Amino acid sequence: MNGVRPTQSGRRKSNVRRDQTFDELAGKCGEWLRGTGPESDIVISSRIRLARNLADFPFIRRCGDEDRLSIERTVRARMDKITELTDVRYFDVDELSEVDRQFFVERQLISRELADNDGARGVAIDPGEQFSVMVNEEDHLRIQVMHSGLSLETAWDQINRLDDLLESTITYAFHPKYGYLTACPTNVGTGLRVSVMMHLPALVITRQIDKVFRSLQKISVTVRGLYGEGSQYTGDFYQVSNQITLGKTENELMQQVAEVVPLLIDYERRARQFLIEQSEKDLHDDVSRALGILCTAKKISSEETMHYLSKVRLGVNLGLIDDVAVKVINKLFIHTQPAHLQKLRGKLLGSSDRNIERASYLQQHLSGQGKRESGLN
Amino acid sequence: MKCQYCEKPATFHITEVLGADGPQVMHLCEEHARTFLSKESPTPAATIAGALAKQLKLGGKPSAETEQKECPVCGISFFEFRNTGRLGCPYDYTHFESELEPLLVNIHDAPRHTGKRPQRAPVSADSQATLIQLRREMEEAVEREDYEQASEIRDRIRDLEASGNRGSDD
Ligand SMILES: [Zn+2]
Ligand SMILES: [Zn+2]
Repeated sequence: MNGVRPTQSGRRKSNVRRDQTFDELAGKCGEWLRGTGPESDIVISSRIRLARNLADFPFIRRCGDEDRLSIERTVRARMDKITELTDVRYFDVDELSEVDRQFFVERQLISRELADNDGARGVAIDPGEQFSVMVNEEDHLRIQVMHSGLSLETAWDQINRLDDLLESTITYAFHPKYGYLTACPTNVGTGLRVSVMMHLPALVITRQIDKVFRSLQKISVTVRGLYGEGSQYTGDFYQVSNQITLGKTENELMQQVAEVVPLLIDYERRARQFLIEQSEKDLHDDVSRALGILCTAKKISSEETMHYLSKVRLGVNLGLIDDVAVKVINKLFIHTQPAHLQKLRGKLLGSSDRNIERASYLQQHLSGQGKRESGLN
Repeated sequence: MKCQYCEKPATFHITEVLGADGPQVMHLCEEHARTFLSKESPTPAATIAGALAKQLKLGGKPSAETEQKECPVCGISFFEFRNTGRLGCPYDYTHFESELEPLLVNIHDAPRHTGKRPQRAPVSADSQATLIQLRREMEEAVEREDYEQASEIRDRIRDLEASGNRGSDD
C-alpha cells in the first residue's frame, strides 16, 4: 500500500463549525446542569479532579513544542488501548476555533487556562459528559468527573477507576513521601480538588452569606462566589472546595467538603423559609418581575440574564412560579452564554448582537409552549 | 471603579470568602475575572508568596545562593520557581527538598502523602530524570538548529523509552 493520501484542506478557524458532535452537545445541557440528583434545588453539581503528570517529561512550563506533542501523542496512544474508553472522543484544542473553545469552557469540560494556552493540547470527553481528561493544561493530565446534584461518593468511585485505568498504561510522576507530583506545590500529594457548586439566593437576599462563610472559616475549605456589577447584578452561585491536597487521604479531603455542604443547604433552606414566612409578597413580586424582564427584554447581557434566571430558579423551587419547568431554567443558564448562543444560532455574533439574540432566545423559551419543554431548540 | 490589574472598568466583584486574611473583595474586568475564576485555588503564586513570607518571618530568608540553585535535570532556578509558583520537573521535589519542605508544611499543614498510591512498580527515578534531561537537550539542539545532534539525542530517548517500557506494556 503506497497510495498517496489526499491532502487535507486547511481548516478554517473563523467560522462556527456545523460539526455534528458540537450541534448534538449544544442541544443537550450537559450532565451537571441536568438539574437532577440529590438536593438539586440547591446543589447544582459535584465535581472532582485529579492532577497527574507523566514521570519522564518536564512539567508543562519547561516543555518545548516537541515535548508537548510527545506528551499528547503518548497519552492518546495509551488511552486508545483502554477498551473501557472506546466511546471517548478526543478534541485537539489547538485546532478548535475560539468560539468552540469557549463553548467547552462554558460547559466546564475544559478550563479557561487550557483554552488560552498555546501548543499541542487537548481534551478527551465521554459521550455523557460525565468525565473529561485535559492534556497539557497546568499539569500533563487533569482528570475530571462531574455529576449533577450532590453525589461526591459516586463521582469519587468513577474518577478513581478512571485514574486506575490510565495508570495501568501511563507511568505517573510519584514520590514516596510527597505523593503525586504536580507543577504547582499547592496541588501535590493527592492532586485532588473536590468542588460542590451551590445556588444560594436566599442567603444572598437575606444578607447572611458573608456571616455564614465566616463561621465556616476554621474548616479547611475555600468558598468562592461570583458577583457582577456591584449590587446591581448578583449571581448567587458559590463553589465549595478543599483547600489542601497533601497530608490527608482523598476520603478525608472529600469529607471536609461533604461536611460543609449540608450546613450550607440547611442555612439556605432556613433562609428560604424565613423569606416565605416574613415577606412572601415581596419575594413573589421580585421573582415574578425577574421572569417578566426575561420574557420581554429586547436586549440583555449574560450577567443580567444570570441574575434574573437565578431569581426565577428560586421562584420555581419555592412554588411561587409554577408554569416554568426548572429544567428549562437550568438549560437557559448555559444556552444563553456567549458561545452557546452563537452555536445555537449557527453564526458568529458580536457582543451587542448577542444581547439582542439572547433576549429573543429567552423570550422564545420562556413564553408559550417553550417554558414547559425541556427539549430546547 | 477600575480593575485591580488593568485600566479597564471593573465589572466583576468577586468575594474570596475563606482566604487566609478573611473575606476579600476583588474588583476585576471581565477578562481578569475569567482568569481568576478559572484557577481553582487562590492564585498559586500568591499562595506560595504567602507561605514564603510566613517562612521568612520565622527567620529563613532564602540566601542568594538558594535563589540561584538550579535543578540539574530541567534547569529551573529556585528564584524562577518562587516568581512563577510553578516547578520545572518532578525531580525538583528532590533537588529543592530542603527549601520546599517548610513551604509544603505552610501550605498543607502536613508534608507527607497518606493517600492513594500507584499500583504498578515504580520505574527507576534515575532513568526518568535522564529522559527529562535528554528531552531538554534535544529542544536546545533544535533551537540551535543543530538537527544532527537533535536526531542523535532523539535516538537515545527512543532507546531509553523502549528499555523502560519493556515488560510493562506492549
Ligand atoms: Zn483587568
Ligand atoms: Zn527540575
